[in-house]
Amino acid sequence: MSGWIIAVILILLVPFLLILFVIGIYNSLVRLRNQVDNAWSQIDVQLKRRHDLIPNLVETAKGYMKHERETFEAITQARSQAMGARSVSESSKAEGALGEALSKFMLVVENYPDLKANQNFLAVQEELSSTENKIAFARQSYNDQVLAFNNKIQMFPSNIIAGMFSFGKRVFFEIELAAEREVPKVSF
Amino acid sequence: MWELIRANKRNSIFLMVIMAVVLLLLGFVIGRAFFGPKGGFFGLMIATVIWIVLTLISFSSGDQILLSASRAKPVTHDVHPQLFNIVEEMKIAAALPAMPKIYIINDPAPNAFATGRNPESASVAVTAGLLGRLNRDELQGVIAHEISHILHRDILFVTLAGIMLGSIVLLSQVFLRGMFYSSLGGSRRRYSGGGKGGGQAQMIMLIVAIIAAILAPIMAYLLYYALSRQREYLADADAARLTRYPEGLASALEKISGDPSPQLASVNKVTAPMYIVNPFKKKGQMKLSDLTSTHPPISKRVRILRNMTHGASFKDYSRAFVAVTNTKSIIPPSAITKEEIELRQAQAGAEKQQRLQTQMRQVGDIMRKVNQFIFLTCACGLKLKIPPNFKGDQVQCPRCHRTHNIAEKQSKTKS
Repeated sequence: MSGWIIAVILILLVPFLLILFVIGIYNSLVRLRNQVDNAWSQIDVQLKRRHDLIPNLVETAKGYMKHERETFEAITQARSQAMGARSVSESSKAEGALGEALSKFMLVVENYPDLKANQNFLAVQEELSSTENKIAFARQSYNDQVLAFNNKIQMFPSNIIAGMFSFGKRVFFEIELAAEREVPKVSF
Repeated sequence: MWELIRANKRNSIFLMVIMAVVLLLLGFVIGRAFFGPKGGFFGLMIATVIWIVLTLISFSSGDQILLSASRAKPVTHDVHPQLFNIVEEMKIAAALPAMPKIYIINDPAPNAFATGRNPESASVAVTAGLLGRLNRDELQGVIAHEISHILHRDILFVTLAGIMLGSIVLLSQVFLRGMFYSSLGGSRRRYSGGGKGGGQAQMIMLIVAIIAAILAPIMAYLLYYALSRQREYLADADAARLTRYPEGLASALEKISGDPSPQLASVNKVTAPMYIVNPFKKKGQMKLSDLTSTHPPISKRVRILRNMTHGASFKDYSRAFVAVTNTKSIIPPSAITKEEIELRQAQAGAEKQQRLQTQMRQVGDIMRKVNQFIFLTCACGLKLKIPPNFKGDQVQCPRCHRTHNIAEKQSKTKS
């Protein structure tokens, strides 16, 4: 008699535990995927911040650097291209070009000691170099999150649940331009 | 990363359980010794109540208590933009859910700590001395170390374990003092009054209680310190991973340890493990120091970080750790992943040697900004620093006697 009851309880309990287990893994997969998406949007936030800072930078530096029109034009052009980019590949190319233009500009600044002593310029420069860092760290963090997510998707037993609910692998962020590989140095 | 956090949580729970057992046992033994066989339960109750009350307080406002006890002042972006930017950079790198609140402590001794309940509501505090001494890369290393403490949930551990430790110390102190005074005031009467057999059992119980009251805090301290030492290494490892630049933290640690300024003013034995380096300046080393120190020796930490020549992953730190200390790795094997992490170049560039005097002046300016001083730059080049309690609208430059309108400047900075 009591054997029957135990058997019934077991039959009911096993699927229940299994369902709990699946729910747990599913939730952790969703959490990881959201973290990947969030990390990706962080990169966008920081890129946009860089766009916003550039007019400020140009405005502060213009008075001191009268003979560097080409440098300024290169920056503003790269900026408008980056802001107008539609696809991801287009945008990453344009952002790369912008980064390059900025690092060139910062090399030119070396020739203007007055500008380098200007408090406003120093403040903009700190903001800009920090934004460059933030872009780099956001990309780094995105790759960290993608690694964790892909690991989870490929490892047993979460790979079964990932397959059931069609969680796809994510791609790592890789810098296409060789020049972008080196984070532009905005430091003195 | 998650493996590390999980291992850390396990350790925390383990420590908390042991400390809770020690605390309850201590309560039981003391209760028995004081109030006879039935008093054990009573002592247990008192120990539990002390623990629960203190835990509730520390959970609801532990970070605020710690911050105000160390006289930390909250600051805004304008006071020190670089510090804010660095914290935000590390917040992004560590993918923290929220930006930690930032505090500055008005103290020339360079040090820093993090506190809070969880990563959503954490705080980072640095001393003004730290801001004055370190360059950008070094400051980044220190902040990365603190952010790692937040990421690893060390901040909650330190708060809860600190409170538990506090309760144990409190209980045994109260007991030992009580013993001392009652033995002065004719304890004979109390203990010789009972039956013969009962009196003897009571005496034994009393001795057990005294030994327990002496040993329990020491044990708890050693355990607490052992785990906090391990956490320092782990936070160093993660700081290297987050910044990809172990040299930044290494040279920051070196600068902090070589600093001549006097020790941090507001610090005690329980809050000491929070800081990035031990805030107590040593006076005469003992051999026991390895067991009783809250932090690993700085020279060792620096050597490990400098040994990371191949990459910035946990694996690289683990390898450097083994090479330097000749012991087994401190990082849980499950946390070591195969990923390769490249190191990066220094960002701060060639460092200009600043004179100590000018650096200390900068530190002073930071603190004046924190305390809402108004800054005026006179046309003759003199910088006027006006305290917030200054009465009157105008001030005269002491060098060239131009008058400046303070109210005007004030409204300008506010808008």
